[in-house]
Amino acid sequence: MTSTILLRGGRVIDPANGLDAMLDVRVAGGIIAEIGEGLSGENARVVDATGLLVLPGFVDLHSHLREPGFEHKGTIATETLASLRGGFTTICAMPNTEPAPDSESVVMALLDIIRRDAKCRVLPIGATTRGRAGKQIAELSELAAAGVVAFSDDGSPVVDAMLMRNALLLAGQLGLPISEHSDDPVLHGAGVMNEGRVSERLGLPGEPAAAEITAIARNIALAEATGAHLHIAHVTTARGVELVADAKTRGLRVTAEVTPSHLFLTEDAVFGPGPEPLYDTNARINPPLRTEADRLVLLRGLNDGVIDAIATDHAPHALQDKLCEFDQASPGISCAETALGTVMTLVARGELDLGKAIAALTANPASIFNIERHFPGAGSLAVGVAADITVVDPSARWTVDPGAFVSKGQNTPLGGVELTGAVRLVLLGGEIAWEVAND
Amino acid sequence: MVLEIREQRIQTGPREPVPGTWRFKDLLDTDVLTRDDIELVMETAEAMSEVRSRPAGKIATLRGTIIATLFYEQSTRTRASFEVAGKSLGADVVNLSASGSSVEKGETLIDTVRTLEQIGASIVVMRHKSSGAPYLAARHSSASIINGGDGTHAHPTQALLDLYTMRRHLGSLEGRKVTIVGDVIHSRVARSNIYTLLASGAHVVLCGPAALLPRTLGSLVTESGSLEVTTDCDAAMKDADVVMALRIQKERQSAGLIPSFRDYIRGYQVDARRLALAKPGALLMHPGPRNEGIEVSSSVTGGGQSVIEEQVANGVAVRMALLFLTVTARPLV
Repeated sequence: MTSTILLRGGRVIDPANGLDAMLDVRVAGGIIAEIGEGLSGENARVVDATGLLVLPGFVDLHSHLREPGFEHKGTIATETLASLRGGFTTICAMPNTEPAPDSESVVMALLDIIRRDAKCRVLPIGATTRGRAGKQIAELSELAAAGVVAFSDDGSPVVDAMLMRNALLLAGQLGLPISEHSDDPVLHGAGVMNEGRVSERLGLPGEPAAAEITAIARNIALAEATGAHLHIAHVTTARGVELVADAKTRGLRVTAEVTPSHLFLTEDAVFGPGPEPLYDTNARINPPLRTEADRLVLLRGLNDGVIDAIATDHAPHALQDKLCEFDQASPGISCAETALGTVMTLVARGELDLGKAIAALTANPASIFNIERHFPGAGSLAVGVAADITVVDPSARWTVDPGAFVSKGQNTPLGGVELTGAVRLVLLGGEIAWEVAND
Repeated sequence: MVLEIREQRIQTGPREPVPGTWRFKDLLDTDVLTRDDIELVMETAEAMSEVRSRPAGKIATLRGTIIATLFYEQSTRTRASFEVAGKSLGADVVNLSASGSSVEKGETLIDTVRTLEQIGASIVVMRHKSSGAPYLAARHSSASIINGGDGTHAHPTQALLDLYTMRRHLGSLEGRKVTIVGDVIHSRVARSNIYTLLASGAHVVLCGPAALLPRTLGSLVTESGSLEVTTDCDAAMKDADVVMALRIQKERQSAGLIPSFRDYIRGYQVDARRLALAKPGALLMHPGPRNEGIEVSSSVTGGGQSVIEEQVANGVAVRMALLFLTVTARPLV
């Protein structure tokens, strides 16, 4: 027995189909049955969407689910629920698990857990190299056949340029992108935060912007040499955005994502708001939070369409991974449940264009990783496709309380921060998967 | 099983200023000290120097107070200086090192500091290789944390004893040129000295090879003092009232930040020729431990302008002052 739901009177935005209008959406039989004006609510649960945004369920290209191997930080059950709460209905799981998904058998075992426990749609990203060790290319064709949507060694960039070139050739042959955390490990060195004013003030080893910029430049050159699809994971530097813009101008198959954290925060978050430094381990993330000048160029990159997608880099950690000395703390932010709030706050402040932001959460990421092949209609609201829909209240004000997260990771530097914009309702395959009581 | 960890935060940071009183639970860096706060430390240190000059050299003011020193890095002078300072005030001093304690068994910093607190320590003097570690300890313990050096961040008691030493010779630091030479970017001593010197109205010049200098400080003018960064050692020395050479660690050479010690000596060693560029009678300082014949030439180290040994001696009086003031700022139980 499936539900019939009528979302009445909301602002329906579907970048994939160029739609932005006040309309009703009727969901029945798991699919979007009808979009139009004055639709009948007969035999349907009617949701008053007046003043709300009715959007395609969000697609996250970069999430860390921690299972298998690090279940004390998060599990597929907990982290997919967190994603769902954040408005994401399809997420791509980064391969920094133990074991890493570098063979068909590991991917199959992962898909088994996903089938059993996942609360939203999950597509695995396969490892580029065996054990993500950067020494030998994984058997990418076997991984592609097993159903991965992209390849990545996640936080362990492929150092060997020849190996990266060959991996791009193979991935290109398979028609899949490599999502690369572009970072030169030698320049990165022992750095634990952005190199600059704050690192010098705090006496913390800095990682220079040049570590990312040189790696992006190298990877773009290799994408050009191979014709393969290179996806730049979480670009954080102004110059990195310019390199991506240049690559696109020259017609290369280069795409890029940015995280809500880098759009919303700067290196100052490590210092904290007070007169005395906080050394906030929750603001430790890799790549690091950068400068305000970088942040402004990231926003411009999204507004100009140079940056394609907003991806969370959701990285839950256990309390003890963060409740320690700054340089000992694990990098990463539990971002799934605040992503939409930070993005909509930037929209409310006039820093980010609403249409571009929604496209970067829906149609663009779905297209980049060709999610359509696995879940037709993902990231769009076309009639006849699976009804994955996220309803957002753009003006709801709320205060981030990490203790109330459903993610196992309460690691966020946003605790106590007031955000504008909240997820109200999430439909997955036509059924209500998450709902916030409107009080 | 996931360990349950209490996220308990203790209020830190300075209280509202009241003239003549110390308002800090902890001493983590000099950046929060006003001119009045610094003045109080200097006056109290003067009184402690007087105590030290008495035949017995001890008083019983802190009898019954337990002070723990917790050192995750090796130290000669800071640790010994704090131990003597505590004992000179009649306190009981317990010394712990990372090696030989439960730290080796994997105990966290927070647990270790709380354990010391439960044993009865009301002050924990700590040194740690991670910048910021004392801030973590201070937030999670009601014991007073005194930073005895954290990573490449801060070393507030060294900066205050340096200032005390300068003032004994120069009186006011107002308008004085203080040149700090060497591995500034990795120096916790330099960082903490910058704040006390600027608050005291000095003109601070940071000098060293480019790879060892901060790049974002640039030229900074505060309400009272000013700061300048330069790679030109001779210009930095010219007319200086104080020349402070910093320790350079052997790793800087292996990390490629300097080509060699030979090259460093050529460009930045404080030798007789360079010291002669400073004002006549300018003070030569070094926080120690020195690399003999590298940061400062041996002839100058033992020369009449060197106050390097006096710095160490003054360290006891200044640390007595800081221990005493910290106890006065603690709530009465």
